[in-house]
Amino acid sequence: MSTRIATGGRLLNKSNAVSFSFNGKQLRGFEGDTLASALLANDQMLVGRSFKYHRPRGVVAAGPEEPNALVNLGRAGKFEPNQRATTTELFDGLNAESQNHWPSLEFDVGAINKYLSRFLPAGFYYKMFIHPRPFWKHVYEPIIRHSAGLGKAPKDQDADSYEHFYAFCDVLIIGGGVAGLEAARTAGRSGARVILLEQTAHWGGRAPVDGGTIEGTPVNSFVDDLVAELSTMSNVEMRTRVMGAGVYDHGYVLGYERLTDHAPQAAGPRHRLWRIRAGHVITATGAIERPLSFAGNDIPGVMLAASIRDYLVNYGVSVGDRTVVVTNNDDAYRTAIALVEAGLSVPAVLDARVLPQDSPLMVRAKELGIRVMMGHAISRVKGTKRVAAVEVCSQAGEGAVLETIACEAVAMSGGWAPVVHLWSHCGGKLVWDTTLATFRPDVDNPPLGADGHGFVTAAGAAAGFFGLDDILHDAHAAADGVATALGFKLPSEVVSPNASRQEEAPLTPVWLMPQGAGVNLREKAWLDYQNDVKVSDIRLAAQEGFVSVEHAKRYTTLGMATDQGKLSNVNGLATLAGAMNADIPSVGTTTFRPPYHPISMGSIGGEARGDVFQPVRRTPMHDWHEANGAEWEPVGQWRRPYSYNRPGESTHDAVMREVTNTRTKMGLLDASTLGKIIVKGPDAGKFLDLLYTNMMSSLKPGKCRYGLMCSENGFLIDDGVVARIDDDTFLCHTTTGGAERIHQHMEEWLQTEWWDFDVYVANVTEQYAQIAVVGPNARKCLEKLGGMDVSKDALAFMEWADGTLGGFDCRIYRISFSGELSYEIAVDAGQGQAFWDALMVAGNDLGVMPYGTECLHILRAEKGFIMIGDETDGTIIPQDLGLNWAISKKKDDYLGKRAQERSHMVDPNRWKLVGLETTDGSTLPDGAYAVGDGVNENNQRTMIGRVTSTYHSPTLGKGIAMGLVLNGPDRMGEVLDFPGTDGKTYQAKIVDPIFYDKEGAKQNV
Amino acid sequence: MSEAISALNGAVFKEGIAEILGLDPIGMISIRGDLSASYMKKALKKAVGVGMPGIREISLAGDKGVAWMSPDELLLICPYTDVANALESLKKGFGDNHALAVNVSDARAVFRIKGPNTREVLAKLAPVDLSPQAFGPGMIRRTRLAQVPAAFWMEDTDTAQLVCFRSVAQYVFDLLKTAAQPGSEVGFYRS
Repeated sequence: MSTRIATGGRLLNKSNAVSFSFNGKQLRGFEGDTLASALLANDQMLVGRSFKYHRPRGVVAAGPEEPNALVNLGRAGKFEPNQRATTTELFDGLNAESQNHWPSLEFDVGAINKYLSRFLPAGFYYKMFIHPRPFWKHVYEPIIRHSAGLGKAPKDQDADSYEHFYAFCDVLIIGGGVAGLEAARTAGRSGARVILLEQTAHWGGRAPVDGGTIEGTPVNSFVDDLVAELSTMSNVEMRTRVMGAGVYDHGYVLGYERLTDHAPQAAGPRHRLWRIRAGHVITATGAIERPLSFAGNDIPGVMLAASIRDYLVNYGVSVGDRTVVVTNNDDAYRTAIALVEAGLSVPAVLDARVLPQDSPLMVRAKELGIRVMMGHAISRVKGTKRVAAVEVCSQAGEGAVLETIACEAVAMSGGWAPVVHLWSHCGGKLVWDTTLATFRPDVDNPPLGADGHGFVTAAGAAAGFFGLDDILHDAHAAADGVATALGFKLPSEVVSPNASRQEEAPLTPVWLMPQGAGVNLREKAWLDYQNDVKVSDIRLAAQEGFVSVEHAKRYTTLGMATDQGKLSNVNGLATLAGAMNADIPSVGTTTFRPPYHPISMGSIGGEARGDVFQPVRRTPMHDWHEANGAEWEPVGQWRRPYSYNRPGESTHDAVMREVTNTRTKMGLLDASTLGKIIVKGPDAGKFLDLLYTNMMSSLKPGKCRYGLMCSENGFLIDDGVVARIDDDTFLCHTTTGGAERIHQHMEEWLQTEWWDFDVYVANVTEQYAQIAVVGPNARKCLEKLGGMDVSKDALAFMEWADGTLGGFDCRIYRISFSGELSYEIAVDAGQGQAFWDALMVAGNDLGVMPYGTECLHILRAEKGFIMIGDETDGTIIPQDLGLNWAISKKKDDYLGKRAQERSHMVDPNRWKLVGLETTDGSTLPDGAYAVGDGVNENNQRTMIGRVTSTYHSPTLGKGIAMGLVLNGPDRMGEVLDFPGTDGKTYQAKIVDPIFYDKEGAKQNV
Repeated sequence: MSEAISALNGAVFKEGIAEILGLDPIGMISIRGDLSASYMKKALKKAVGVGMPGIREISLAGDKGVAWMSPDELLLICPYTDVANALESLKKGFGDNHALAVNVSDARAVFRIKGPNTREVLAKLAPVDLSPQAFGPGMIRRTRLAQVPAAFWMEDTDTAQLVCFRSVAQYVFDLLKTAAQPGSEVGFYRS
């Protein structure tokens, strides 16, 4: 059984025991434990079930590469699935549950799948669930969805908060092992601004576990001294619990900081996403040990050799009394030696290699009495929920069992692979190192920055250097080179420390154990534990023609689980290469994509949740609207009142009331959101003549004119009233959604094409509160406020004037989007609420009521006024809408003119705007299509028109609509069929789009 | 006229790692023109008594000043009640030269962020190097705060003043409060 031993545990605070629960069982661990080490210390070897076959699975590794030990963590608002036990720091009260099992971890019904595994090969789902077609949706998919998947989706709102942090530095070093620390010291001493990130809570990486001496002192104390030295350097920022998650263009790096995962009761955000801009990035990300592929290599108790060493040294955990070591390299001997030195038993080291002479580590193992069996391998591991024994065979053979060795644990090592993920994220290339049998960064092909030079440098083990001395020298040289290139200079007295050298015998690549394993062994030899991909699956993929590595990956799901193939990728590639008789570099790797290890969705969202999920733009009268029954409508980021509902009143009734009241008495509209852009300069008129389809330069100061704006492709993009303020200055109104867009449109043309025009523009939308005072009583209301002359003679339709009303400085535009007598009055935004209040008081006995956007829509539709976004959708030109009167014939050019002359734009069969009136007075469904005879080339009903705006008009007592119809204006009086989505077909007559006061008498009083 | 109402009317948050204060409106005039022209320099001097700021800098003298906004744009700052005079003065100073000056005082909301963690609060929201070496009094950054445009400058090493659009004043106040939540110190900047 796995247990805590008396000695070891350098990361533990044994004076502080903590309790936690796993699947409801109360267990105890120590401060400093990871969840994985605490589970192992409690003999919890079985931690989960695999994805496909529901096989029992135990902890394999001790770091972020762990594929099996995923748990549901926490409860309610703190619940999170797929948390890695190996990277979860233990805390008092931690609550974890294993995943992917039913009804229980110990007894799992889904494990039946393993007996069916012969029938569930790679591509099974693709092959099986294609026929019969309807079965997918109703039978297969629900069943698969129920049985697949790892953790549960959280059901409660996340109780934690998250944030981002923008940081800048010259040199960013990712990884706080000895390489990262030495690189930080070197770069720091050169004077560069340095940030050093370490994903765990501890500095030094795995060097303190692996041992050795640096400058004559043990690694441990060297690390402590170095950390102390770095802490005194004000230009070096050191952060633990921050993982380098992704490297992007221009030296942009994401760091994932876990602030309170280990202390959930602490105040402050849970995670912080560092958004770092670095002059140069050094990846000192170390290496990950590879498993070996032998039958039963997924049985709980089979672990990576170095991870067994980690649990022993860091956490004082013995995975079993008897551990069989199986290896193709020297490093696993360190585990054998450490175990025996800790008083545990290593019945054998099965070394797949055949070497001419023993290396020093082998000699040391033999001195300790360990039985070293060269050229030997594991034929099969015996056991189900935990290891019981291994069957030994010759590596060169087909797996004939020579001997069975009883044991509780198997320590396997297939060699080491540098963590090249961050190097590769932005395009760094890899080379195959035949000596190490691994990919490592190709120093000649780094990811390139904007200047054409590499901006990432790998250092230490991440660069393919594995001896302690080599690692330190490489890290020092890398940091020195980086700092020098950035213009810093390392003082000559700062030199690389020297470390003890340990001679090692070379590794022999082993991709299958034994090398002649038959299919019965291969189909129990796991490559990808999390996604249940075996050696046999990869071979099948190759056999079925999936020879591209990216295809084989997707066909078999190798490396597609939440661990992204950290353990399986190289073994999988090698297996694929073997099946194809190709060499590994020619097969290549799959693409490394950020993040390196899953990061929380919360950290990506940062602060953007709840109240600050998105900006909500409020007008100066927002609070008044809110207090007076506003039903809000989002218009871009603005909130505008759709209607003001009185107690007990439905929204529809409120809208009808507002329309009638505005037509008969008087209404107030908050029009502050409409864009207002100042265009000033000697060339302002010329500029606007090019922007608008009609002539603006001829407008006289004091006058207003409605204008249309098109894109260079001829399509209508905005409309609004332009007021000429003085000879040099215009004020252009835009739609609510158009303010920023049209401002940018103007700047773009001024900066890129018409840079020689003397014109400046300024967006002053928010400087003003603008209130439309609309209806027959509007003038009386303003006269009651008193001040400037608002009579027809003093201020005629389509004129504007500055003055005061009721003591407020204001500018009045006599413009109308309703067909009524209407004044749009702008005051400084800070005066907006007070002015609105004054209007409400003055209008009290004139029948004033506020009205919202739906009333505005109905008023304009009754008048046949188009609305950008309703009658237009980016494919509509003014001519479609019968707006030819607003297109100047006199101008040589305007944006869109030439496009509108193209054959498709002048096609007489373009749908044109008409009014629509149902034959029974009902209201047409919005967006409904008019159908004609026959079908089109896709066998759909022929369509001859569509509804763009439709309302019930209380003024006319019937449904009115506008629509675009084929040859519409020539078909007045014709009745069209509009099938609705409710099964009904609506009939509507084509009429003039102006339903109300066609002569414009009411607005011109 | 009634008293000008700011978008947030004196909002305060003091419970976090920095103090957030919604300020009374200040006078702001957006200027476009040729920043290298001598008439421009003279007009600024006359209007608010300060010289032309360098790129990404702000020249302040008491409650008046000028901030660099872009290669042809400035922001003039003055007391709210002085705006009309300042505009008049600029207009005279510009004479017949092609330039633009518009009052944007009411289009903005103004905040002060105060305390030793001021830089961190801003660095959680704006992609700006806020280290004391890179950003100190006399500098301004026109940038974004999470999802909206904003500009800020340091009044002293621990105090920043920030302007944003009026319509998003509540959003910005809520953002700053979130970024200043208790227990969220980063400890990144060292003096």
